[in-house]
Amino acid sequence: MSITVRGVSKHFGDFRALDQVDIEIPKGTLVALLGPSGSGKTTLLRIIAGLDFADAGAIAFDGLDITTRTARERGVGFVFQHYALFRHMTVFENIAFGLRVRPRGTRPKEADLRKKVGELLELIALQNLAGRYPSQLSGGQRQRVALARALAVEPNVLLLDEPFGALDAKVRFELRRWLRALHDEMHITSVFVTHDQEEALEVADVIAVMNHGKIEQIGSPDEVYAHPATPFVRSFIRFKEDHEAK
Amino acid sequence: MIAISEPKAVRWTLIAVTAIFLVLFLFLPLAIVLTTALGQGLTLYFASFTDPDTLTSIRLTLLTAAIAVPLNTLFGLAAAWAIAKFDFPAKSLLVTLIDLPFSVSPVVAGLIFVLLFGARGLLGPALIAHGVHIIFAVPGIILVTVFVTFPFVARELLPTMQAQGNDDEEAALTLGASGLQTFLRVTLPNVKWALLYGVILCNARAMGEFGAVAVVSGRIRGLTNTMPLQIEVLYQDYNYVAAFAVASLLALLALVTLVVKAIVEWRSGEPVA
Repeated sequence: MSITVRGVSKHFGDFRALDQVDIEIPKGTLVALLGPSGSGKTTLLRIIAGLDFADAGAIAFDGLDITTRTARERGVGFVFQHYALFRHMTVFENIAFGLRVRPRGTRPKEADLRKKVGELLELIALQNLAGRYPSQLSGGQRQRVALARALAVEPNVLLLDEPFGALDAKVRFELRRWLRALHDEMHITSVFVTHDQEEALEVADVIAVMNHGKIEQIGSPDEVYAHPATPFVRSFIRFKEDHEAK
Repeated sequence: MIAISEPKAVRWTLIAVTAIFLVLFLFLPLAIVLTTALGQGLTLYFASFTDPDTLTSIRLTLLTAAIAVPLNTLFGLAAAWAIAKFDFPAKSLLVTLIDLPFSVSPVVAGLIFVLLFGARGLLGPALIAHGVHIIFAVPGIILVTVFVTFPFVARELLPTMQAQGNDDEEAALTLGASGLQTFLRVTLPNVKWALLYGVILCNARAMGEFGAVAVVSGRIRGLTNTMPLQIEVLYQDYNYVAAFAVASLLALLALVTLVVKAIVEWRSGEPVA
């Protein structure tokens, strides 16, 4: 599904988190919202998800205005930075949660549910850990479970908030490769938030660079890297080289 | 083990002080209660519970707890949920208000209700004219008990809920769960041990409250005496065996509470509160 964000603004008290943000995300793309902390990227992601609501502006999925719909009605998969796995449920039950809470009419039969969860466990290569609890898993494993849980409800769009932020460097590297491969396989419209320019350049089809509640530039990784639109984008994208050059 | 090491003498002194304190202030009174209650033999001990006034007091205490504890469980859940999960104006004021019964002397709490519902109170005359008796009657006892035990559940739940944040609930929401499903399947299981512990404490206090109940009940034997009040009445009648027999029942409740707490801590794998 395509995502359209039009003129979205959001204030928290006196702080202007988002200021007239517009972005068009075509169906099937993997977009990175890149920016420093406080730039509004997580707020924008939460507004797309329906976990926060904009003061002004509109959100549409496939051209259909869903600005006033709740997260429950939007059919989004959301992956939290700190996983937000249900600690009292096994890996299996975590993934099955979204299927079990469906209204009776659309709830899958137990056998179908087991099959579906089994497929997702296979996808994240954790079949043998289905009976474990989240506290018994590593960070990378937890994040994969969180992703499988979000995918179980067959969301229209997949939204990830700093999905690799809490992981160590090696796991992060492996997991972002894996996410990219997964996206190439499933083609689900995905938006992820990151403050790591390397991560955005490597994983995303499109990068939206944000600063002070505005989008400074939208473009492919090559474009943004080769032709930064503003001094801020240049300094943020090339931070590492600039730093190493000194 | 921990790397800090105090001199042996210091360690043993600390342990000895704690042990002596426990013996003096916990075990000794408990032992005296039990030996006095059983001092004249088991027959007399059990005979104490056949007295109709005593039986009435036990029933009244159970009734009071049976109403006050569920009410405050519901209230505690609602308050902790509201405070931990939402932002609203005057939130800190609400937290302070919840703690109020802790900071008010139980006797004062009782007097508040007398001033409200007594025969010369603010609302009393109108209610009495309609045949509703609150002070010197069972409703007053239940009301003050609810007031005094008001903070227990909320106070146990709040830190747990605040520490857990909203992520789990938001995750459930994006996965399509309704508000009720989220509460029953996610929030409640996350706080179940804190909730159970709060209920245990609330119940112990509801059954043991003396001061506030004494003020509003009028201490009518066989009518408005709860167990703690009945114990005092029996004691003042020089009926030591009966007084301590009833006291042993209350003490038993305290012991059960401790055992349940220990089980709760063991099951949840960490000390609660």
